[in-house]
Amino acid sequence: MHVRNKLGLAALGLGLGLGLSAWQTASADSSNPQHRVPRSSDGDVVIALCDGQTTLEVEGVKDPSSISREKAQAISDELMTAWRKKNPDARWDPPTRLVAQANPPRPPPASSAPVKAGGQTASSDPDEAARRAGANVQDGHTYGAFSARDEAIWKASAEQAVKEGHRVFHDAKTLGSTVAISCDMCHPDGSNTHPETYPKYQVQLGRVALLRDMINWCIENPVRGKPLAEDDPRMKAMEAYLYAQRKGVKLEYGKH
Amino acid sequence: MRKGVKSIETKHYEERDSFFDGLRRLDRRGFMRLAGLSAGIAAAKGLLAPQSFQLISVAEAATPGAKPKFSFAYISDSHLYKKELNDRFVRSLVRAVDDVNRLDPQPDFVLYGGDLAQLGQKEELALGKEILKGLKAPVKMMVGEHDWFLDMGDYWREQFGEPQYSFDHKGIHFVTLMSVNEKDFWTARNMTPMERMLTVAGLDNGVQSRFEVGAAGREWLKRDLAKVDKNTPLVVFSHSPLYKYYRPWNFWTDDADEVQALLRPFKNVTVIHGHTHQILSNQIGNIQFHGMLSTAWPWPYAPEGLPSLTVPMNRPDPFSNFDGCGDGRMEVLEGGLVDKLYSLWDRDPVTVKSSYLASGGRKDRPPTSRLPPY
Ligand SMILES: [Fe+2]
Ligand SMILES: [Fe+2]
Repeated sequence: MHVRNKLGLAALGLGLGLGLSAWQTASADSSNPQHRVPRSSDGDVVIALCDGQTTLEVEGVKDPSSISREKAQAISDELMTAWRKKNPDARWDPPTRLVAQANPPRPPPASSAPVKAGGQTASSDPDEAARRAGANVQDGHTYGAFSARDEAIWKASAEQAVKEGHRVFHDAKTLGSTVAISCDMCHPDGSNTHPETYPKYQVQLGRVALLRDMINWCIENPVRGKPLAEDDPRMKAMEAYLYAQRKGVKLEYGKH
Repeated sequence: MRKGVKSIETKHYEERDSFFDGLRRLDRRGFMRLAGLSAGIAAAKGLLAPQSFQLISVAEAATPGAKPKFSFAYISDSHLYKKELNDRFVRSLVRAVDDVNRLDPQPDFVLYGGDLAQLGQKEELALGKEILKGLKAPVKMMVGEHDWFLDMGDYWREQFGEPQYSFDHKGIHFVTLMSVNEKDFWTARNMTPMERMLTVAGLDNGVQSRFEVGAAGREWLKRDLAKVDKNTPLVVFSHSPLYKYYRPWNFWTDDADEVQALLRPFKNVTVIHGHTHQILSNQIGNIQFHGMLSTAWPWPYAPEGLPSLTVPMNRPDPFSNFDGCGDGRMEVLEGGLVDKLYSLWDRDPVTVKSSYLASGGRKDRPPTSRLPPY
């Protein structure tokens, strides 16, 4: 065990050295300052401040990932105190003074979605998390490892497709109409498109049609454009929009 | 492409060229030929119901006041683009003009129900005016939101006069209202006139405001009606339905209740409206409501709010350029109420009688649709 660790470290050192020398040859004239952090003799975690000089050994802590948020704040405060002592004349905005911003950036809705309390994330070890929760659930599979945040991202992505479909549906240019006609002119809010009834035998075509066949029929005839390839992003987006408009309606393929 | 087989597009452009060629020489004979081009397919299929172009001689002397006194025709919602851009809607309007000209005897006048243009542009309105000149009977114009919101009615007024007016005809007091005013949604959004127009032109575009006659319009109506005897039958034209059907599509007039209150003291009131592009009937108190068909395209019925007296039309066939569209005629009865004839192209005509509405749907029910709307 001990030997394997040492070997691993040696390999890491070698890799780092090689990497550094390669980088130095690539840009010999640039020399960014290096902050060489001293090793702790007890194997404790050593934290480096961004001034490139100040360091702090965290007594008794070997695993940096086990440091709590409160502990990390204390470490940061201590490092800042040391830095202030070294630089008594330096100016540093107190944390209460915020720089004014014209438009404070807002996180996208997905990133501010609530994370399930005690839940798992894509990066957590699902088996371990389940064991900790003592839950009697099946786990260790793909869908066991997603959080509410992930789900929010998926939802936002799907909405994005629907929104794009709404745009295409309402835009004669994007549809390629030669007569300035767009789908919404006869189908406000996607009404009377009944995507839930496809596939069905389309009497006028004399064959079984899918929703996309009818979209293309409309594009060729009332819209007077060129039919879209079945995998055209506009086609996919419009299908997304039309199905979204019929959420909750019973799926009834073949209905006339 | 196989040799000798023309693509849909090629055929379409050839047809279109000859069509506009004819439109340039728009004398009476040329007009008939053009209208024939539009109506030819339907006639060939034997779908033109001849009775829809003749006045029905109603023998209803048993019901007092139910004898027809005179008739007027309507054409509505043609949504014309510039002719270089789209000839399909032009053909449809020409077909409607021809329908009305073939009525024998001729109607006393023709109501144009609004939305003559698609985007309120001069070329569109001028083209529409030119085609409507082909009508033999005099035309009464009404404005629609598609005619108005590019220049807020400047060009329309220049061509057709004030949008609100009244007249008396054979003992009936007729009022045309401007019901598609909208509260300013464009200034705050810094919209160009065309952006404003395009927003209003999108039926499902929720950025726009709701239609209204507005305080000034209602004041005008109040003053106009003050001099009319309460027993005089009233017929009101408005582009939007003067009641609340479906708000998201502006199948709606926001101050409908206030306008209805002004009409309530009168014994017989009929409101004829455009905008909804479908068979639509309603009665609220003493007021009967009839929608008009569009010549350009049918709107689907709204997902909710359809008046229970409406017998919906069968859903249109998307494979037909004309199905679900059409024009029609109103028979004004001796009693002052109105029977409404929907001349649906390529279908049997449908009559919605005033007695059907007055009886709360118990008498004279119009034929029902075989297929429900989705
Ligand atoms: Fe319209
Ligand atoms: Fe309209």
